[in-house]
Amino acid sequence: MSWTARIGAALALAAGSAAAAGATAAIGHPVPWQLNMTEGASPLSHQVYDLHMYAFWVCVGIGVVVFGAMIVAMVRFRKSRGAVAETWTHNARLEVIWTVVPVLILIALALPATRILINESNTGDAGLTVKVTGFQWKWRYDYVDYQGRPVSRVGFISRLAFNSDEARQLDSGINPRSLKSKTGYDDYLLNVNHPLVVPTHTKIRFVITADDVIHGWWVPALGWQADAVPGLIHDMWGEIDTPGTYRGQCAQLCGQDHAYMPIVIKAVPPAAFQGWLAAQESRARLDTIARTVQVAPVPAPAPQG
Amino acid sequence: MATHAGTHDDHDAKPGFAQRWLFATNHKDIGTMYLVFSLIMFFIGGSMAMIIRAELFKPGLQLVQPYFFNEMTTMHALVMIFGAVMPAFVGLANWMVPLMVGAPDMALPRMNNWSFWILPFAFVLLLSTLFMPGGAPAAGWVMYPPLVLQGGDSIAFMIFAIHLMGISSIMGAINIIATILNLRAPGMDLLKMPLFVWTWLITAFLLIAVMPVLAGAVTMLLTDKFFGTSFFNAAGGGDPLLYQHIFWFFGHPEVYIMILPAFGIISEIIPTFSRKPLFGYKPMVYATASIAFLSFTVWAHHMFTVGLPLGSLLFFMYATMLISVPTGVKVFNWVTTMWKGSLTFETPMLFAVAFVILFTIGGFSGVMLALVPADFQYHNTYFVVAHFHYVLVSGAVFAIMAGTYYWIPKWTGHMYSERWGKIHFWNSVIAVNVLFFPQHFLGLAGMPRRIPDYNVAFANWNMVSSIGGFWFGLSQLIFVGNIIYTVYFARQKASARVWEGARGLEWTVPSPAPHHTFEVPPVIMPGMLAHDDVSH
Repeated sequence: MSWTARIGAALALAAGSAAAAGATAAIGHPVPWQLNMTEGASPLSHQVYDLHMYAFWVCVGIGVVVFGAMIVAMVRFRKSRGAVAETWTHNARLEVIWTVVPVLILIALALPATRILINESNTGDAGLTVKVTGFQWKWRYDYVDYQGRPVSRVGFISRLAFNSDEARQLDSGINPRSLKSKTGYDDYLLNVNHPLVVPTHTKIRFVITADDVIHGWWVPALGWQADAVPGLIHDMWGEIDTPGTYRGQCAQLCGQDHAYMPIVIKAVPPAAFQGWLAAQESRARLDTIARTVQVAPVPAPAPQG
Repeated sequence: MATHAGTHDDHDAKPGFAQRWLFATNHKDIGTMYLVFSLIMFFIGGSMAMIIRAELFKPGLQLVQPYFFNEMTTMHALVMIFGAVMPAFVGLANWMVPLMVGAPDMALPRMNNWSFWILPFAFVLLLSTLFMPGGAPAAGWVMYPPLVLQGGDSIAFMIFAIHLMGISSIMGAINIIATILNLRAPGMDLLKMPLFVWTWLITAFLLIAVMPVLAGAVTMLLTDKFFGTSFFNAAGGGDPLLYQHIFWFFGHPEVYIMILPAFGIISEIIPTFSRKPLFGYKPMVYATASIAFLSFTVWAHHMFTVGLPLGSLLFFMYATMLISVPTGVKVFNWVTTMWKGSLTFETPMLFAVAFVILFTIGGFSGVMLALVPADFQYHNTYFVVAHFHYVLVSGAVFAIMAGTYYWIPKWTGHMYSERWGKIHFWNSVIAVNVLFFPQHFLGLAGMPRRIPDYNVAFANWNMVSSIGGFWFGLSQLIFVGNIIYTVYFARQKASARVWEGARGLEWTVPSPAPHHTFEVPPVIMPGMLAHDDVSH
C-alpha cells in the first residue's frame, strides 16, 4: 500500500467507524497511520468508544470557542494595528457564566461515564470464567467454569511467539516487517504461542492477578485494561460479538521484557469452543492418567558372570 | 531608592568567587545557580529523551537493550521533574519574589544556600547509579513495588537522592513562605501581590504538605528492600497498592507544584504585552487556591485500572473533573486579558500564548482521561504520555522559557536577541507538536507506554514523533546560545522598566538589578503595582 493510500485507509477507519456504529467488522489489531481508537468487539468497548468520541467533540467545541477568541484577539487587538488597550478588569456576568457552563458540561460528561462504569463493574451472570495470571514475562490462562460447570485442569502459559522473540533481539538482523500471521497480518510482537480461546456471544468474566510484579492485561477490543496485582484479584468482563483474533499487550511496566508479553484472544463460535474445551479437558485427563499410572517395577538385571 | 553606604556590601560590591557562589546568601546569586543547574539538568534529561526517541525511531531493537531503555525512561522523568522543572521554578522565585514584594533578600538566606547546594549532591548520587553494576533504577519514576524492589543496590542511592531533593524542596518552600508572609514592603497587601508570588505561596504550601509523604513512601521501599519489612509485599501481609496510594497522594499535588508557578508567570506576561491589567485578579487567586485544595482529593485517578471499588472510581472521577472548572477560569481570564488589549508579540508573549493553547490541549486530554471508562482504554498508553508532555513541556517548560526571556533583561541589564528568540520559539512550538501530537494517535491505536519496541503498525507515527523529538532537542541549543549571548555579548542595554506594559516593584529597580535591592523598603506610589486596585 502506498503512503497516501495508508493515510486514506486510516482516515477512513477513523471516520467510517464513527459513521457506522456496529456495522463495520471489528478490527482486533492496530493498523498503520491509525488515528483513533477502534470500536472494539464487545458491548463495553462500543460504549467506551462512544464516550470517547463524545468527550472528544465536546473538547473540540470548547477549543473552537477558546482558541477562536484568542485568534480574533491576536488579529484585531495588535498594537501595530493601532489598538488602544482598555482598562476594564472585571465582568461579573461573564465570570459566572464561564464557571457555571463548564459545570453543566461536566455533568453532561459524567452522566454517561457513570452509566457505563456501573455496567462495566457488573461481572455477574458470566457464561465463562477465565483466570488470568501475569508472570515476568508471560501470561497464564486457567479456565475456571463454563456455563455453570467447573472446568477441570484446562490452563496453559501464553508467551511471545518464537519468531517474534528471535526478531526482537538487539541486532537480530531480522526485519520486523518480515513477520506475518497466517492471514498476512504483520504480527511482530503481537503474536503468541497459545492464544486464549473464548466463545463468542458469551459473557466472559476475567479474574486477573499476578504472581511476581504488577502487570496490566489489556486487549483494546474489549474496551478496558486491568492491572494484575500480586495478592489481589481484579475482575472485569467482556463479550465478543464477532469471531476473530484480538490482540493486546501488557500495559503496566513489569521489567525488562515488558514489551514482549502480548495477549492474543481467539474468539470462536460457542459450538467450536465447546469442542475445543472438551478436547483440552480430555487431554488433561489423559495427562493425569499418564502421570499417575502404576508402572510395574522393572526386574533387576541378573547378576553377570 | 536609598543608597546604602556600607563598607563591604555596597550595591555592586561582590565578594570573591568561593565566597560569592559556594557560600552564597544573596537571593539573586542563588537564583542564578538554581537556573543554571536546572538548564544543565534539562539537557541531561533531554539527552536521555533523545536516546528513547532514537530507539523508538523504527521497530526492532537497534541501539539499546530493553533494560537500559527502562533506565532511560526512569531517569529521564526523575531528572526532568526534580532536576529541571522544580529547580527552575525555585530559581525564578529566588530571583523574582523578593524583587516583586519589595524585600531585601529571602527571609532565610543561609538556609537558601543549603537548599540549593544539596541539589548537586542529590543528582550526583542519582546519576552515579547509571555507572553502577546492575545499572540505574529501571522501574519507572513512580517506583512501583514489587518491581522496583527487584532492582539492585542502586535503588538505595535513588531513595537517598529523593530524600535530599525533598529536604531541599521543603527548605526552599519554607523560605518562600517566610519571605512572602514577613518581608513584604509596607502597602504590599496580600491581595496586591503579583500572581507569580501568589502561585508560589500556594505551591510552597503544597510542597511542605506532600514532600514528606514521598519521603515516607520511599523509606518504606528502603526497609522493604533492605530490612525485611513487608509494607508492600502481599506475601508478607502488605499491599502493593498501599504504595501507589501514598505515592500519588504526593504525586498529584506534585503535578500542580510543577504547573501553578507556570500559571503565575503567564499571568505576569500576558498583561504586560497586552498593555492591559490582568482580567479577574481575585478569581485568579481563588482559582489557584481551589486547584491546590482539589489536588489532594484526586490522587486515585492515576490508579483507575488497579481494581478500585465502584464508589471510589466515581468519587475520584467527579473530583478530577471538578479541577477543570478553576483551571478553565484561568484560561478564560488570560484570553479575556488579551481581549481589547494592545498586543505585541515579543518572545515572552509568544511563549505565553503557545502555553495557553497547548496547555489547554493538555487539559482537554486531561478531562478525557478523567472519565473512568475511557481511561480504561487510555491508561498506560502513549495517549497519557502525550497528555502529560503537553502540560509539562509545552506547559511548564514553555512558561519557564517565557519567564527567562521576560526577566533576563532585568537580570543581566541586556536585551536578548529578539530575532533568535523568535527563531527559538517557532522551532520549539512546531517541533513540540510534531513530537507529541502523534503520540495521541499511537495511544489510541493501542501502543502502551514504556516499551522499547513495537508492532510495525505503530512505526509511522513513532518515526514522525522521533523526528519532532530531535528537532525539539536541537532547537534548545538556540535557547542556550541566546542566554550566553545576553549574559556575555549583548550590547543593547535594558531600561529599568524593560517592557512598555510592565508594572510592579521589580521594574522600579535598575537593570541589571543591583546586587542588593530594597535594603530600605520601597515607598509604593499609586500606579506602581500591577494590582493596586483590587476593588474588583
